[in-house]
Amino acid sequence: MEEVKPQLIKITFDGIEVEVEPGTTIMQAARKIAEADDTQAGLVPPAMCYYKPLPASGGKCRACLVRVAQGSAKDPRPMPKLVPSCITQVQEGMVVENTTNPAVLDTRKSIVEFLLINHPLDCPICDQAGECHLQDFAFEHGSAKTRYEEERRTFEKIDIGPNIQLHMTRCILCYRCVYTADQITNKREHGVMGRGDASEISTYIEKAIDNDFSGNVIDVCPVGALTDKTFRFKNRVWFSKPEDAHCNCDKCSGKAVVWYRGDEVIRVTARKNTWGEVTEFICNSCRFEKKKTSDWVLEGPTKVKRSSVISANKYRADLIKKPDFALKLAATQFKNIDDSRPYVTDSATIREQSIKNNDKANHRSLLSKN
Amino acid sequence: MARKILTEHINVPGIETFEVYRKHGGYTAVEKALKTMSSDEVVEEAKKSGVRGRGGAGFPMGMKWGFLAKPEGIPRYLVCNADESEPGTFKDHHLMKCIPHLLIEGMIVSSYALGANKSFIYVRGELMYVIRILEKAIEEAKAQGFLGKNILGSGYDLELVVQPGGGAYICGEETALLESLEGRRGNPRNKPPFPAVKGLYQSPTVVNNVESISNMPWIVNNGGDAYAAIGIGRSTGTKLISASGHIEKPGVYEIELGLSVDEFLNSDEYCGGVRKGHHLKALVAGGSSVPILPAHLITKTANGEDRLMSYESLSDGGFATGTMLGSGGFIVFDETACIVRNTWNFSRFYHHESCGQCSPCREGTGWMEKVLHRIEHGHGSMHDIDLLVDISKKIEGNTICPLGDAAAWPVASAIRHFRDEFVWHITHPKEASQPGAVYQGAMTLV
Repeated sequence: MEEVKPQLIKITFDGIEVEVEPGTTIMQAARKIAEADDTQAGLVPPAMCYYKPLPASGGKCRACLVRVAQGSAKDPRPMPKLVPSCITQVQEGMVVENTTNPAVLDTRKSIVEFLLINHPLDCPICDQAGECHLQDFAFEHGSAKTRYEEERRTFEKIDIGPNIQLHMTRCILCYRCVYTADQITNKREHGVMGRGDASEISTYIEKAIDNDFSGNVIDVCPVGALTDKTFRFKNRVWFSKPEDAHCNCDKCSGKAVVWYRGDEVIRVTARKNTWGEVTEFICNSCRFEKKKTSDWVLEGPTKVKRSSVISANKYRADLIKKPDFALKLAATQFKNIDDSRPYVTDSATIREQSIKNNDKANHRSLLSKN
Repeated sequence: MARKILTEHINVPGIETFEVYRKHGGYTAVEKALKTMSSDEVVEEAKKSGVRGRGGAGFPMGMKWGFLAKPEGIPRYLVCNADESEPGTFKDHHLMKCIPHLLIEGMIVSSYALGANKSFIYVRGELMYVIRILEKAIEEAKAQGFLGKNILGSGYDLELVVQPGGGAYICGEETALLESLEGRRGNPRNKPPFPAVKGLYQSPTVVNNVESISNMPWIVNNGGDAYAAIGIGRSTGTKLISASGHIEKPGVYEIELGLSVDEFLNSDEYCGGVRKGHHLKALVAGGSSVPILPAHLITKTANGEDRLMSYESLSDGGFATGTMLGSGGFIVFDETACIVRNTWNFSRFYHHESCGQCSPCREGTGWMEKVLHRIEHGHGSMHDIDLLVDISKKIEGNTICPLGDAAAWPVASAIRHFRDEFVWHITHPKEASQPGAVYQGAMTLV
């Protein structure tokens, strides 16, 4: 029997047509465009809370708001409000404006501002710096100055189990870790308490998470609120060297990234895809205990985006284009030497001219001193 | 005397008991609906009546019922939203406390119309004594055969559950209410799917306000057309208004929609005018969330027409010169009220009640509150006013639920109509930060 393929839906995203399956969200359609054409990566809406491997995530940070200029081919009215692209499903003939609409970009700028209101600017001492989604988001869409003059909210640091530390002050309440704890692990130990900007990520009554997969909350955290205690303050990510590796693990897939400083394994994380999402979660013993090269079978250097700061100082010969800008610069400054001047050969003229030049030089230095 | 639908018998002694309520024509709607009407006919009457949701949004109730998905084999639910927490609104509380059987009768009729066999009344947690009154009334109705299995021999079963909430404002938002009812944290859900498709326990659900449901017995008894004949235009029927603030006679009043604001405010039958010796300064017409109106726009619209107590007339002129009927929290301010302080107070409420799920509301409400606090206490600067306008614009429409809009509108409208007062607070920090200090400059007082 032939498999019945669902009818594809055609939508227009920032003027680019793309065909996707029914039920796809606008965000996934945009990612499809970018996956097909590298140069279009800039039009994908940013996601701070949405995480594809975690069902029900998304819709909270409002960073991915886009404008739907035409709801569908049947009902061409525009949607009255900006819609979150991560949870809005596409309709046949939908026209979406993201980077082409100034209102969307303006709103996004304000979302950065809102998220940074209560986020400490301690990037210089934060372990997440360099692989922080909020840093990228603020760099791409935010303004250089803040208008916020008031005090920021602060919290005490809390240890969640022996290996994870929660620094709630940095949290942007994306709820990703809550969904992870809810869905990857079987017990609901990890939730949100309090309301509004006083809400706190919490394991109820500070009960430590004792689950084999609890460490994954570190990887899903878009900021440095949840950090690996075996790695805290050990190294900056851009000074470490990531290598894809795997091991035989009976609990998880064993596929991980091992981060080196010299010959020393300083941390282990799960593998992330282009969109910074972990698709195969790893267990705590792989993450926190296997800190020797002999525990792992290395596969080769992890592919890191050229735009990422992690790739700094790690040149890959195949990616480097021969620099030709020096030659170009030389070409623009090239001047023909004027050969029409007569060569002076007799010593008397040379002496005379040198004395004259000397006087000029002395005069100039006198002027500058005064 | 104006016609009364909900509060006709509210002052009868003992109306909270089954016998007295029954003697005054109670539960006849249940008999009529279950014995002579099909459920679709009841829905049809609701549609004809044109009754609009009384919780604030004003969405036609019959139309909402029409959206309810009816898949086979999946239960449907009716949930009554009695989580009334809007500052300035206290009508549902009054209704449930005084005449609980009216709501229960409405719930039976409405549940029958929607085919729900289990219905919930989600009551605000602070109103514990009202919950006891309701539970007692439900017991009485059950003993008389109006609730439970096979009601009045019609073969229709209904179980009615009263659920106390935790006292969060956000749980008045319908999807947050459903989350809370399911036993989870009261965070609003992303829509779509709407509750009419996937609501309580992922089943089709209708959420209605206490007052909307309490209208149903009258509509069933007298017909939807008779209800539609009351009121004006698309604002049909009567509305409970919770009048408070600087007026002679605060309280809950039932009015026919279409009554003029002037009459409601000044006649002795209703508010009795602004308190003696003082002048009207401003009005919040529909609970704290709606835009505030300055004196010259209260009794007349910007076009010079009389402003009426109806959904359309109050919103005449959009947000530039109009407001909304909302939930009917009628708050009157005289010239002793400081608008900046009041706006700060509202803002503080929304900051405290924001659930913290989406970033514009979580961070924006707190930011607005802090800036307003600064202005009120004499530490503001001129650019703070434009900053407030900008923040409110960035919150409005960008949040999951309407709480963000509700937090933004009062601030934006206060600055729109009372900018002078904000400027005075900034230019005269010493005077403004005195307790009880009010701007006495150019104001249009009536």
